[in-house]
Amino acid sequence: MLGRLARHPGALCGLALLLALVALAVLGPYACRWSFTDVDYTALRQPPDARHWMGTNRIGQDVFAQVAHGLRKSLLIGAVVAAVATGLAAAVGASAGYFGGWTDRSLMFVADLLLVLPGFLVLVVLAPRLRQWGWLALAGLLALLGWMVTARAVRGMTRSLKERQFVVAARLMGVGPVRIIWRHILPHLASFLITDATVTVAGAVVSEAGLSYFGFGVQPPDVSLGTLIADGSDVALVYPWMFFFPAGLLTAFVLAVSLLGNALRDALDPTTVRPAGPPRGAVSGLA
Amino acid sequence: MSVLIARRLARCVVLFLVSLVLSYALASTALDPRAYFEDRRPPPPTRVVDAELARLGMDDRAPLPVRFAHWADGAVHGDLGRTIDGESVRAEFGRRIGVSVRLLLVGTLAGTAVGTLAGVWSAVRRGGFGDRALAGFSFAVLCVPTFVLALLLKTGALAVNRAAGTGVVKYTGEHTPGLQGDWSVHLRDTAAHLALPALCVALAAIALYSRYQRAATLDVLGADHLRTARAKGLTPGRALLRHGLRISLVPMTVFFSFGVLTLVTGAVFTERVFGWPGMGSWLIDSVEKGDVNSVVAVNGFAAAVVLLAGLVADVLHALLDPRVRQP
Amino acid sequence: MSTGPAARGPAAPVLQVRGLTVAFGAGRRRPAVPVVRGVDLVLRRGEVLGLVGESGAGKSLTALSLLGLAPPGAQVGGSVRLLGEEVLGRPERELAALRGSRIAMVFQDPLHAFTPVLRVGDQIAEALRIHERPRPRRETALRRAVELLDFVGVPQPSRAARALPHQLSGGMLQRAMIAMAVANRPAVLVADEPTSALDVTVQAQVLEALAAARRETGAALLLVTHDLGVVAGAADRVAVLYAGRVVETGPAEGVLCRPRMPYTLGLVGSVPRLDTRTPPTPVPGTAPAPGTIGPGCPFAARCPLAEPECRAAEPPLTGVDSLSRAGTSAPDAHTAACRRIPEVRRWSAADLFGRPPADTPELDVTGTEPPAHPSTTPGAAPAGPWQRATGAFAHAGSPNTAGGTAEGTVPGAGSVGEVVLSVSGLGRSYRLPGFRQRRAPVVRAVEYVDLEVRRGQTLALVGESGAGKSTTLREIASLAAPQAGRVEVLGQDTALLSRRAARELRTAVQLVPQDPASSLDPRMPVGDIVAEPLHAARVPPAVVAARVPRLLTQVGLRPVDADGYPHEFSGGQRQRVAIARALAVGPALLLLDEPVSALDVSVQAGILDLLLRLKRALGPAYLLVSHDLAVVRQLADRVSVMYAGRTVETGGVAEVFGRPRHPYTRALLSAVPLPDPVAERSRRRIVLPAGPGPGPRAVSGCAFRARCPVQALLPAAERRRCAEETPRARSAGEAAGHTVSCHFPHR
Repeated sequence: MLGRLARHPGALCGLALLLALVALAVLGPYACRWSFTDVDYTALRQPPDARHWMGTNRIGQDVFAQVAHGLRKSLLIGAVVAAVATGLAAAVGASAGYFGGWTDRSLMFVADLLLVLPGFLVLVVLAPRLRQWGWLALAGLLALLGWMVTARAVRGMTRSLKERQFVVAARLMGVGPVRIIWRHILPHLASFLITDATVTVAGAVVSEAGLSYFGFGVQPPDVSLGTLIADGSDVALVYPWMFFFPAGLLTAFVLAVSLLGNALRDALDPTTVRPAGPPRGAVSGLA
Repeated sequence: MSVLIARRLARCVVLFLVSLVLSYALASTALDPRAYFEDRRPPPPTRVVDAELARLGMDDRAPLPVRFAHWADGAVHGDLGRTIDGESVRAEFGRRIGVSVRLLLVGTLAGTAVGTLAGVWSAVRRGGFGDRALAGFSFAVLCVPTFVLALLLKTGALAVNRAAGTGVVKYTGEHTPGLQGDWSVHLRDTAAHLALPALCVALAAIALYSRYQRAATLDVLGADHLRTARAKGLTPGRALLRHGLRISLVPMTVFFSFGVLTLVTGAVFTERVFGWPGMGSWLIDSVEKGDVNSVVAVNGFAAAVVLLAGLVADVLHALLDPRVRQP
Repeated sequence: MSTGPAARGPAAPVLQVRGLTVAFGAGRRRPAVPVVRGVDLVLRRGEVLGLVGESGAGKSLTALSLLGLAPPGAQVGGSVRLLGEEVLGRPERELAALRGSRIAMVFQDPLHAFTPVLRVGDQIAEALRIHERPRPRRETALRRAVELLDFVGVPQPSRAARALPHQLSGGMLQRAMIAMAVANRPAVLVADEPTSALDVTVQAQVLEALAAARRETGAALLLVTHDLGVVAGAADRVAVLYAGRVVETGPAEGVLCRPRMPYTLGLVGSVPRLDTRTPPTPVPGTAPAPGTIGPGCPFAARCPLAEPECRAAEPPLTGVDSLSRAGTSAPDAHTAACRRIPEVRRWSAADLFGRPPADTPELDVTGTEPPAHPSTTPGAAPAGPWQRATGAFAHAGSPNTAGGTAEGTVPGAGSVGEVVLSVSGLGRSYRLPGFRQRRAPVVRAVEYVDLEVRRGQTLALVGESGAGKSTTLREIASLAAPQAGRVEVLGQDTALLSRRAARELRTAVQLVPQDPASSLDPRMPVGDIVAEPLHAARVPPAVVAARVPRLLTQVGLRPVDADGYPHEFSGGQRQRVAIARALAVGPALLLLDEPVSALDVSVQAGILDLLLRLKRALGPAYLLVSHDLAVVRQLADRVSVMYAGRTVETGGVAEVFGRPRHPYTRALLSAVPLPDPVAERSRRRIVLPAGPGPGPRAVSGCAFRARCPVQALLPAAERRRCAEETPRARSAGEAAGHTVSCHFPHR
């Protein structure tokens, strides 16, 4: 599988880009002499130069330091959300699909209910509370609002897997349901779940950035890509570095993750059952 | 068929009502209208704030069910309560809904139509230059978050205007305030304002749906019945048109209902960026003010749009696929 | 449906194929992989040519290429001349004008071959409107479509024309497909496996429709099939395809009765036959995959007669009788691509392939298990005790109710076997999916089934699809309380089992599912698959580790195969894995659900052989479900015929097959084609009217009465009895244990 992945040009580009971005997020703050809160009064609205690699903003803060810090926060949130949401989706979808009946109906009603209100709107409404709870709560909520579409797909695949002869055979041989889900069903969904998790990372990062753009996500003095884009958007033509660096990095991150996700989908066992739902693009149900 | 749709409708109504209850509970607990009044300069006395909150039905000292019962009683009679500034929510709703619906409808319809056609075309020309170009375009658009896309479009419009020296492209508001003239002048003005935001909504839809339609068409292109149609003597193009297209549209109905979720969210950003006084901007403003009643109204609108899209998708599915009607 | 030799004459060829090649997947670095490697065919006016071969031989690809319908990416070479004009390389527009009007095709899977969202009548009418000039009006074309449906024997044609494809049964759809193909009176009809996946009774109807259509239009037919029985009955000439080449061709009688190419010999010999109980001879090994074919004869690796020269160069088609290449030019020449034609004449399939090459694991069955009888070792002459009843079609040997002593059972496997499984009055119904809870029509899959299987015995359940065979099997396998009736396994009522007792009883009943490709988890190594029932039965891991290699050797695999994944194995090997898994816990009863129906015939024979040996060595009882009566004939001691969820006739195999009493059994048996042109053409066939579609069945009376040929001839008073009184099982004469549920059984 790794071999197939390595031969995929998209995968290599995506991986390289992703690694570069992660390196920027992790190492960037150490490489730069400015911290994201430092103010350089001698350089206000300075274009990029040797001193400030990405220029400075209105009050003389180093854009590179801010972008690196914001990226770090975004990645952290994305990773947490992807892990929690995918786990939740797998658990709910597989149980609903395998057990059927009332388990299925009640779980899917909850999923439908959460789908009726766009998750983003719920987040916006909850934003005032989120200001008090911090970023981990934000991540938790993003995960809680981001599992439904995946769960529906997992449910559909589980239902078709359940009818497959090897699952029927295992059931007739007396293998228990939990063991069947664990040994026969989840391995077949693994590639889908991994691919979906990468897509969820992108979706979560975009959602967080969108919330922060409206001022509902990460709060000052902390920064994220969303707040930076919001600050820079009004002066995009006059001081382009304030807008295009954070916006470009956000886009680059989504691009990297999407490339990797697509490559994973191709590389991970092509014989796996495909989801009955939509082949999911880079933008998940979140934003 | 009508039974099928009636049943779906019933489910939609239940989901709508439950989601209304939930969003009321959510808004009432998460928002803090008291802070909106207390932050006024000079701060009004607590007694006045209490009285004002009670008048709006947002008194946080009353238990939630009581507040909800009060609101629901009004809502049943067509009264959606008052905004935090004392205006009628219903009147505000009426003003803004047209703005949002115009944006969503034009954007979605244009996006779905162009996206579907582009998808079919791309599948037929698979591997060719057009297919690859479209794939690259879709990928790029899908990688740019909606609000960044909106900001980019706006920035681009600004740059064009600056270069042209006049306001060639309209990028703020949904019409020019105080414009004089007959209906055709107004129509042209509205259309000019609509172009950029609608393009923003449509671009995302085109990118999304063209990928789905391409995949669905490719599935059909490999199907046995298309081979039969060719064996009958139809040319490949006619075979696809008569025997393939309809079937490839069936899965699209599902994607459509999922996609509307994304588009509604995107519209919030679009309205905000382009300064449209629609539902999305209202939501953002209301959340900042702690305006419970307005937030519930917007959420109700969003839920209705999503459910309606699902219903439309179901009807389309039943129309396209007679197997649903005659099992 | 043959026109007979008299009508043939020296007609001009309507279709002439020369050196047809189809190759796939030429990339920048890889060369193209040839799948069809130079096929020559000639089809004359009014003639039926059977194109026979196993899966992967390139049959369908050849057929599709004739219409220019080869899948995208295929590179087609050679020459195809239709009515004297070259077809290959023509632009798509010109091809489209030919397709459907000069050459038409009947596809394999009718449900998927029709567009699911358009009415069947409209689809047939479209075929008329495409080609006919001046273009007929929509209504006219539709009326003609109804006439065509009526002509091919679709009951209620105007209703069928208004139906959507999924609302019709497979047999009706296939006839509609034939109607569509002949709508424009083409000169050539290509039928790609037109009857596979259909019941034998339906198969007979479809073949009848095809023959009628051909008679009416005078079209020549290229009949592509894997079923030698179909070819024997329908084809004037036969071409045998192996690894993408024609290896033997000639008149049907010559090729099937006197094959001169060892592969054809093996193919004919591996078909289980209904009329004798000669065990079919498996052909060792598998056909080479495309792209791995060396310079020599592609069959050399499997051929016992192969010489070093065979591997050097591929032999050309040589005249069988004249032994010269000149023989190939005559229209009815019998030719074979083999260097050793004179020697082949002296061999029978059993003698030639009975002694397998030592290096093929496919036949190494004994393993570490000591052979139960000396005669079971592969080297011995094929005259085991199970063969005593060769030619038992008229044999009146009596398998009595006590079972064990029946012919075909080994003495010593328990002469008076205890009852392993007893089923009485089993019923099972379910609601059709796709409907809401209460509105869904109830389908009574199983109405009333009685069964009894004793130790060491094989009982076969036969019947058309939808008769409830598989449902019965699943009900038994589930070991749960049945909806109606009683299931007892080893004397324990499954409705009264505690969870603990149920788990213990699981080890007594194991299932071999139908399709090994889907019944093995593709993500699990074979060793884990085989060990799974052991784990489920909570056998200690050390014991499991010791058992798995032994099980694999028992079924003719190597212990190292435990590390392989299912997709690395051939179909036959995968079915062996499934058998090993079922045997792992040492069951007293093995449920075999169509164990060979997904396999090619040459592989089928090997699995049948394995099952017979395992029963002798280990002694479990088999409950076999099969639609293939010839397979049943080889494997079973007793047979139970099901129709519409009820048992209609039960008895020893020789009894029921030799002297069937129920009209349904008689029709079923008569519909099975024999792979012998002479015997097949001299037989009288009872063609039943179409069966009931899925849906609710008649509540009272005999369920078969609507299709019953006997009932149709009865006086009204007696006919009323059929309509009102549900027939009960009663003894059917001298042989004990032969029962029939019919008011007017055949004498």
